[in-house]
Amino acid sequence: MPNMSMVKNEMPSQEPDVRNKNFLEVALGYTEEQAISEAQRCLNCKHKPCVSGCPVQIDIPAFIQKVAEGEFEEAYKIISKSSSLPAVCGRVCPQETQCECKCVRGIKGEPVAIGRLERFVADYHNAHSTEKAEKPVSNGHKAAIIGSGPSGLACAGDLAKKGYDVTIFEALHLAGGVLVYGIPEFRLPKSIVQKEIDGLKDLGVKIETNMVIGKTVSIDELMDEFGFETVFIGSGAGLPRFMNIPGENLKGVYSANEFLTRINLMKAYKPDSTTPVQHGKKVVVVGGGNVAMDAARSAKRLGADVYIVYRRTEKELPARAEEVEHAKEEGINFCMLTNPIEINGKDGWVSNVHCQVMELSEPDESGRAKPVPKEGCTVDIETDCVIMSIGTSPNPLIKSTTEGLETQKWGGIIVDEETGLTSREGVYAGGDAVTGAATVILAMGAGKTAAKAMDEYMQSKANA
Amino acid sequence: MYKILKKRVLNPTVTLMDIEAPMVARKAEPGQFIILRTDEDGERIPLTIADYDREKGTVTIIFQIVGATTLRLNQLEEGDFIQDFVGPLGRPTHTEGLKKVAVVGGGVGCAIAYPVAKKLHEKGVEVHAIVGFRNKDLVILEDEFEAASSKLVLMTDDGSYGKKGLVTDALKELILSGEEYDEVITIGPLIMMKFVCALTKEYGIKTVASMNPIMVDGTGMCGGCRLTVGGKTKFACVDGPEFDGHEIDFDEAMARSITYKDFERHAYEETCNLFKMEVK
Repeated sequence: MPNMSMVKNEMPSQEPDVRNKNFLEVALGYTEEQAISEAQRCLNCKHKPCVSGCPVQIDIPAFIQKVAEGEFEEAYKIISKSSSLPAVCGRVCPQETQCECKCVRGIKGEPVAIGRLERFVADYHNAHSTEKAEKPVSNGHKAAIIGSGPSGLACAGDLAKKGYDVTIFEALHLAGGVLVYGIPEFRLPKSIVQKEIDGLKDLGVKIETNMVIGKTVSIDELMDEFGFETVFIGSGAGLPRFMNIPGENLKGVYSANEFLTRINLMKAYKPDSTTPVQHGKKVVVVGGGNVAMDAARSAKRLGADVYIVYRRTEKELPARAEEVEHAKEEGINFCMLTNPIEINGKDGWVSNVHCQVMELSEPDESGRAKPVPKEGCTVDIETDCVIMSIGTSPNPLIKSTTEGLETQKWGGIIVDEETGLTSREGVYAGGDAVTGAATVILAMGAGKTAAKAMDEYMQSKANA
Repeated sequence: MYKILKKRVLNPTVTLMDIEAPMVARKAEPGQFIILRTDEDGERIPLTIADYDREKGTVTIIFQIVGATTLRLNQLEEGDFIQDFVGPLGRPTHTEGLKKVAVVGGGVGCAIAYPVAKKLHEKGVEVHAIVGFRNKDLVILEDEFEAASSKLVLMTDDGSYGKKGLVTDALKELILSGEEYDEVITIGPLIMMKFVCALTKEYGIKTVASMNPIMVDGTGMCGGCRLTVGGKTKFACVDGPEFDGHEIDFDEAMARSITYKDFERHAYEETCNLFKMEVK
């Protein structure tokens, strides 16, 4: 008999007023009892609508049935058939617009908490499994992966499982890409990312850090001199955008990338860190996406009074509802319909942000209501630290050093959607480097798609 | 891990190291830089490449002990290892089509000016090197500059060695004496480069300045190294580190360069105390 509760089992979490002062994970995860109770809410629908909402088509009802039966390891096996990073995706996927929004239980009441169950299963596996992934027999073919973010890790994992000799090249000193430099510890503990990476190493994947492809070596050199038959570009969208308004280069103005990298990758939140970051008293975060929420919540944890400034209304905030909710609970202030037009400083340091008050008019090309200036209405916000979180673009380093690699005007690499193949033979791409800033799961899916095509390409070449 | 093959103390606060980093040495060119971390949990710092040997697979760095990280680096000896060493980053110095160049270096910036002078000299460009130091004790690479230039003018602020005065005095004298340069390349403290650029602007001589702002990743990701050049925001790590000196907003660059001054002084003192305790 299914559990007919209209609401999800609540996620145990740190109290808002406690967690906004530490960097420990906010959500604590289901207990076994809670997971089973939640799993029992699944109706095991024949037509599996949730699966169609999953970018990597995890057999969701099947794994949930195993959870309901208490067979957690079996559940893990089902998830890992389709997903390379369940512990990560269970935490950062926007389930409310993917699997969960298709859930039949969501019609009257709340959908099954698929994300929380995925997380539970992955964490259970990580805590209990002593099984080490067995290194597959090598097939002698070499594949290079550029970037160790979600798309690269997924691509590497799938190829390694098929016996390919896979090397990941990472520009930074630590593997994980946006999972380690971007998403904060309190939302995605770095030990979880490390566990996923260690799993890949067990499969025989080599990780070369401190390798900036396009600088240290080029893609052509990888293929011509280092013997890689195929290359996957998963270099992400790491280039921060600025607003190009006066005062943006004052001290105390950061890109969200810099602020978060200092805190996450370089551990600037720890008192003994050798990397500095400004501990603002009153911080203004410009933008309304997930990255803006991460930056705001990080600044809060460093002791600041934090204001999110966004030019549309709360309804249009691109961040996940859950992130906005968490931010609010933690005491972040939201200034909607506000758009910075000038940053003023004192002695070289930012002192206030001069903002135009906006109002919404007709929807624009993106379908969202277009914000327009409200004539004669401006507002000044006093601040000692401004964090620009208005998006990122693909890094041009690879494009500028790889002849014949076609890109969109805005920098995204052009690929065939079915395979991830770029305009260069043997060179594939996926993730934010192709789509611009998107989600972890979409990047992971793209990595898997490319891995399949790369496998077919190398096999067909070998058999030719 | 990257092995320190050679360590040479150039003066009390400036040290040279040859680092075993064949992948970096393969591609390194004058004007480019590397980023290193001395140890796990260390800070990432950019240092310009002072020299390289592709056959031996080594990259030479020359650094001044200014903060906690350079102090730690200086504690390492030959045979020790550096945790991370990544590069070459940034764009190489543009040397095409030049016939006569003045290379103007100041202080530890001379370490970066030297490979540029050397490369130009090797290509048959007439190089005049003007190098300035605060005093005699701080002079570095004199012989090297001598070998890489057809004219070397060495200046000290206090006149304890070479000629007394600033590099701008020497450059102005050469210009006034009729020397005609295609280009001036200047590397050193921001304040020095600012005045070199002001001088050459007066005489209409194209000038390139090498910038070394605060950085984290060095690949265009953080934007911490941004500068205003010709009214536009540029990232020193990927667009530079060299820019048209007449277009750089030096005052802004100087303000940004001291963002973490207090933190750094504190970290430096802490590290000093730590080493003192270890010695005891």
